[in-house]
Amino acid sequence: MRRIISILMENEPGALSRVVGLFSQRGYNIETLTVAPTEDETLSRLTMTTTGDEKKIEQITKHLNKLIEVVKLVDLTEGAHIEREIMLMKVKATGAQRAEVKRTVDIFRGQIVDVTATVYTVQLTGTTDKLEAFIAAIGETQVLEVVRSGVSGISRGEKVLSL
Amino acid sequence: MEMLSGAEMVVRALQDEGVEYIFGYPGGAVLHIYDALFQQDTVNHILVRHEQAATHAADGYARATGKPGVVLVTSGPGATNAITGIATAFMDSIPMVVLSGQVRSDWIGDDAFQETDMVGLSRPIVKHSFMVRDPRQIPEMIKKAFYIANTGRPGPVLVDIPKDHTAPHNTFPYEYPKKVKMRSYAPVTRGHSGQIRKAVDELLKAKRPVIYAGGGVVQGEASPALAALARKLNFPVTNTLMGLGAYPGSDEQFLGMLGMHGTYEANMAMHNADVILVAGARLDDRVTNDARKFCPGAKIIHIDIDPASISKNVAAHIPIVGPVKQVLEEMLAMLDEQGEVGTDTKSLERWWQEIAGWRKVHGLRYETNEQGPMKPQQVVQALYKATKGEAYVTSDVGQHQMFAAQHYLYDRPRQWINSGGLGTMGFGLPAAMGVQFAHPDAVVACVTGEGSIQMNIQELSTCLQYGLPIKIININNQALGMVRQWQDMQYGGRHSQSYMESLPDFVKLAESYGHVGMLVEKFEDLDGAMEEAFALKDRLVFMDIYVDPTEHVYPMHIADGSMRDMWLSKTERT
Repeated sequence: MRRIISILMENEPGALSRVVGLFSQRGYNIETLTVAPTEDETLSRLTMTTTGDEKKIEQITKHLNKLIEVVKLVDLTEGAHIEREIMLMKVKATGAQRAEVKRTVDIFRGQIVDVTATVYTVQLTGTTDKLEAFIAAIGETQVLEVVRSGVSGISRGEKVLSL
Repeated sequence: MEMLSGAEMVVRALQDEGVEYIFGYPGGAVLHIYDALFQQDTVNHILVRHEQAATHAADGYARATGKPGVVLVTSGPGATNAITGIATAFMDSIPMVVLSGQVRSDWIGDDAFQETDMVGLSRPIVKHSFMVRDPRQIPEMIKKAFYIANTGRPGPVLVDIPKDHTAPHNTFPYEYPKKVKMRSYAPVTRGHSGQIRKAVDELLKAKRPVIYAGGGVVQGEASPALAALARKLNFPVTNTLMGLGAYPGSDEQFLGMLGMHGTYEANMAMHNADVILVAGARLDDRVTNDARKFCPGAKIIHIDIDPASISKNVAAHIPIVGPVKQVLEEMLAMLDEQGEVGTDTKSLERWWQEIAGWRKVHGLRYETNEQGPMKPQQVVQALYKATKGEAYVTSDVGQHQMFAAQHYLYDRPRQWINSGGLGTMGFGLPAAMGVQFAHPDAVVACVTGEGSIQMNIQELSTCLQYGLPIKIININNQALGMVRQWQDMQYGGRHSQSYMESLPDFVKLAESYGHVGMLVEKFEDLDGAMEEAFALKDRLVFMDIYVDPTEHVYPMHIADGSMRDMWLSKTERT
């Protein structure tokens, strides 16, 4: 089962390598990973998606919690949450394709952020599913380059992950 | 405020931490620190002959005392040589602080002479690590290192110190922090009372209970509480390899060790139990055999300070995260409160009868041969007799380790010192050095084999330098016995690379290092030789004892079976 684990950790050199190292050393998967400092610059917020059964996820969260630099963590998929990923994509945009790409971008509520005579650069935000649906709609043969941020997430409602 | 250089701050912090001994080996990146060590006399530096031995000696010291062992090594090869010892301590949750030198900070990343990314290299085998980025950080980092190493589930902590941060001409105000404040590290100090109550209720209902205690009871100083609980309830107790001594080995309620080479009665009792109280143990593969077939009828109550150890291999019915001592004491208090203990005494009586029957089946028996070579088990039993069961015993890894675990009855915690988790050959002698430093007047024996002892034989030189009167019991079967046992049992007797050709003359070797060497080849000479060796109170004696090379360790779990599936001898199985 896919999980989104969100971690608040000390913004210190080496902290990220410990998190990533834990996953490789214990044979866990990382599917996406994003990390950046928070409004409190001593803290970083790291979001990762991983897969595993109940037992594996329990071990993952326990071991993450054992890392000295990890202050708090939450499995966002345990409750209602919002997840977003941003994608930038270069798409062939020539001839009849040009209008077709523009229409698809509009349907997905994306934006064209750069234009050349033959290429559109598209920005799209949404869940992982939505981004994948967009790639499918454009058609893989039209896609020149894709860069995705990895999933970021936050829980719904008044619950917060903070100190 | 006092102004000190980085090197002086390192040494002063160790003094303020109350460190008696630091085990190490000098080199370029730590020369400033060595110079600061030279100019004081409260922290005693012990010069080993190889950095691996420094870590094992510090580890042995920590296991014998409960205080963190301290290591100082230089960058590059000094640090990498320490890796095996750090991993050994990590696997057995031993508190240790390792100070490693690093090349000067502006050279890091340039492949400088003797540069290794020690923080990166050691990352999976430390509880935590620090890299000093400014000399002003040194006091706080060392304080945190000791605090982290010795609280919660203990473990090794590394502090990597670039050479320029210890330079003698740069001084900084020194103040050693009195307290550690870390928002991200707060080890559990109490178990959940509701869970403890549930566990007590379960224990009182038990008809076929077993207490299964591990190294956490030793590390957590919980032996008195464990013994009190076991006696109050009249429950049988089994210890893991790491837990031997946590419950007195010669006590009637003790079933012996459990697991792969556990006693028949311990493994049978486990398999047939209805309630198992796991205290400070982690249900690892050497204990459970196939975890899916583990103790099918048992409710598992699992106490551990580390939540990640609970329900990792075997799901716990009643998990209790907390210090094992506090949890056991709270259990005792709950039992005291209700006055009468209230166990199912009738069922317990039947259970003890059943156990008595199992005890008769095997009882760690082995065949002796009047004419032939002596048996390794006889050597351990002779050692037990000669030391009246009171010695600190360290061991290396292999058959001799299992015989020392089975046939020497450890009545005190911290008396038995071995590498249980990592299984590090070469551990025994340097660990014995650490134990002897911790307890200069105690009898310390290192049970080893001709394979293991050669992995850190150079430490005989350290033993001479510091006059350590360790007794080395070299159970010499001229083979890598445990490897060969597996080859006999699983590889059609094909002894691939398990024979030790060209053994040195260990007697002469010991003598060349300035020690006493003794050769024992006949059983009738064994007791006399032991007495003679242990009478030499101020000398290291290397006893080279030739034993039957064909002997196997039994009982032995049959792979992929349950706890009760065992070989009892070369020909009998359950």
